[in-house]
Amino acid sequence: MWNYERRLQYPVNIKESNAKLAQVIISQYGGPDGEMGASMRYLSQRYACPYREVAAILTDIGTEELAHLEMVATIVHQLTKDLSMDEIENSGFANYYVDHTVGIWPQAAGGIPFNACEFQSKGDIITDLMEDMAADGAII
Amino acid sequence: MNTHFSNEQQKLLHDIGILDFVVVELSLYLDTHPTDRNAMEYFNHYNRMNNQAKKEYSRKFGPLTIALADTSDCGEWNWATLPMPWEGGCA
Repeated sequence: MWNYERRLQYPVNIKESNAKLAQVIISQYGGPDGEMGASMRYLSQRYACPYREVAAILTDIGTEELAHLEMVATIVHQLTKDLSMDEIENSGFANYYVDHTVGIWPQAAGGIPFNACEFQSKGDIITDLMEDMAADGAII
Repeated sequence: MNTHFSNEQQKLLHDIGILDFVVVELSLYLDTHPTDRNAMEYFNHYNRMNNQAKKEYSRKFGPLTIALADTSDCGEWNWATLPMPWEGGCA
């Protein structure tokens, strides 16, 4: 089970709206190498892990990725919450806005929705760890 | 830097951020090195400091976790009424 801690892992205080930047950063939320994929990858792979120490670290890393997920969502939220209609139309944000307004929704920068096909869980520790290394090489 | 956080609150939250980082990194290391006594000593030291800081913060500025919530002082469920983390304003 999990408990929530009512703070960000690292503070986020963005003062100026920027819809263009938000559309790029949202990929780190729900994109192919984003934090949602990262957290689900580790938290799903741990069950079939034959080594208890590795299952423990998969649990703790997967948990930390959820904290990253919250920071990325906060960045996108603060970049978009006070947008004017002009900014929405002129920044290319209208395509997102028509479906989600300024709600946070997991998608890649190109608009592709988050999908579990972004990660693997094969029940084989070597296969899974190879995938983790490939994925985390791409994850910021 | 912000409107609704005092300097003391910002400083304490900043310290918690540092302490928690140390505790998380040490626990990740210990997961795969569970008999490293030196690392466990570091862990116990910083984990105590981190827990103490979170307790102090929660008592003064509102609960960081449900476990640290105590409604007897303010008579309000401030877990729900205080600004949420994504609203900004933290150190």
